[in-house]
Amino acid sequence: MDSSLLPEVSLDTTLSIEGLRVEYRSRDLGETTKVAVKGLNLRVGQGEVFGFLGPNGAGKTSTMNVLLGFVPPTSGTARIFGVDVHEPIARQRIGYLPEQTYYYKFLNAEELLRLYASIFQIPKAETERRIDAVLKLVELDHARKRQIKTYSKGMQQRVGLAQALLNNPDLLILDEPTSGLDPIGRMKVREIIQRLKGEGKTVFFSSHELGEVEAICDRVAILHQGELKTEGRVSDLLREHGLNLEQLFLKLIGYPPQA
Amino acid sequence: MNTVWALAKVVVLEMVRRKDFYVLFILTVLLTGTAGSVNFFNDPGVVRYLKELCLLLIWASGLVIAITCTARQIPAERESRTIFPLLAKPVTRWQFLAGKFFGCWLATGLALVLFYAFFCVASGTREHHWPVLNYLQAAWLHWLMLGIVVAFTLLGSIVFAAPSSNGTICFVCSAGILLLGRHLNKVALSLAEPLQSLLYAFYYLLPHLEFFDVRELIIHNWALVPWGVVALATLYAAAYTAFFLGAAWLVFRRRPLN
Repeated sequence: MDSSLLPEVSLDTTLSIEGLRVEYRSRDLGETTKVAVKGLNLRVGQGEVFGFLGPNGAGKTSTMNVLLGFVPPTSGTARIFGVDVHEPIARQRIGYLPEQTYYYKFLNAEELLRLYASIFQIPKAETERRIDAVLKLVELDHARKRQIKTYSKGMQQRVGLAQALLNNPDLLILDEPTSGLDPIGRMKVREIIQRLKGEGKTVFFSSHELGEVEAICDRVAILHQGELKTEGRVSDLLREHGLNLEQLFLKLIGYPPQA
Repeated sequence: MNTVWALAKVVVLEMVRRKDFYVLFILTVLLTGTAGSVNFFNDPGVVRYLKELCLLLIWASGLVIAITCTARQIPAERESRTIFPLLAKPVTRWQFLAGKFFGCWLATGLALVLFYAFFCVASGTREHHWPVLNYLQAAWLHWLMLGIVVAFTLLGSIVFAAPSSNGTICFVCSAGILLLGRHLNKVALSLAEPLQSLLYAFYYLLPHLEFFDVRELIIHNWALVPWGVVALATLYAAAYTAFFLGAAWLVFRRRPLN
């Protein structure tokens, strides 16, 4: 791999992806493999809010799946805090919020958080303190004893945010964190992201809300059909192209298609 | 170990809260309780027959609970996608599998304890005889056997996507081994080579679940199985359980989840 293609290496790199290729076996007739990500190179520095953009099917979720160890890369490497994502310890300092609420609905919020706290090996007294803190932060303190299946969609999303923040992560990976939320919920998520940024945490998130991305991200990467189309500081990209983020996004993915 | 224990507790809690097994559970308890306590004409033959029926019911219910509870674990985690936030944490796939195994085994064990306790109390009250150690041995060996079945079903749940097909296959295999396993060597004798050798190999490779069936101890109030034999049976069960769990891990460790 040509190392000149990589962004400049800095000592405080939180997340690095080098030559990542992800292929899936496809069941479509005449096609044996589907390439979801094609040789992706990316670095995210400490304390950055990084927007990972692309239309549906661009390879964002596949990249996130590799980062979280769900899918082994076909080739290339991905590291978090310098540790290969294949190692479970790489996920010790990560908080992950999935796009939808995928939690044990027969548990209540407190039990769910206690389960995750024991996985993070958080001491018991500290567990109770953190559960209190995150439930207050997401305003679910009053419903902590209710089973998650009785929660509204917004409340379930907030439980997701609470579990993502439970281990006081240094890197937050958020998969479309505001999808399905009402305007107040969106504002709350934005506030939390800004607050985490203020605390020096790194936030890596995918979103289709380009206005939101433009407002809160330091840097963005735009992916299309598995390839990185552009990557850089939001202000630099917008100045360079003389467009807003939405226009730039549409231009880079070739929309509307030329006849 | 913390992680494995935490995951196992969730499995047990799920079984308690989902209430799926309550009907089967209550029916088994009621039937064993009633049949174990009645006494027809003080005829010991009838009483033994009733005890046999109760234990058969306990064995069938134990098998159903173990298989249905285990078969759905991983497919349900994947279908409801709860596996994603879980594996996004520092959990190894081995810990995940071990947590599921211990959870299902514990849940099955809890059901067994209640079944045997109920039956022991009902039967002991009628007979004024309390062979507690016989019950303990029978329940322990039964639980070990279900440990093998749980590990085997867990492996099946990774190989077969649908819990129903996995459940059916595991139930047929377990019941088949229990009913026919001990006769395979005799069948092999009547076959020509190479079928005979093949069937013999199969006979020796098969986990002989029927070894753990000591219901006779309770039915006929026989003497206890020597504890050395129980220890050997425990090792035998541990070896097969470890084999199936190891195989499940080999299949699952690098499997893409998407």
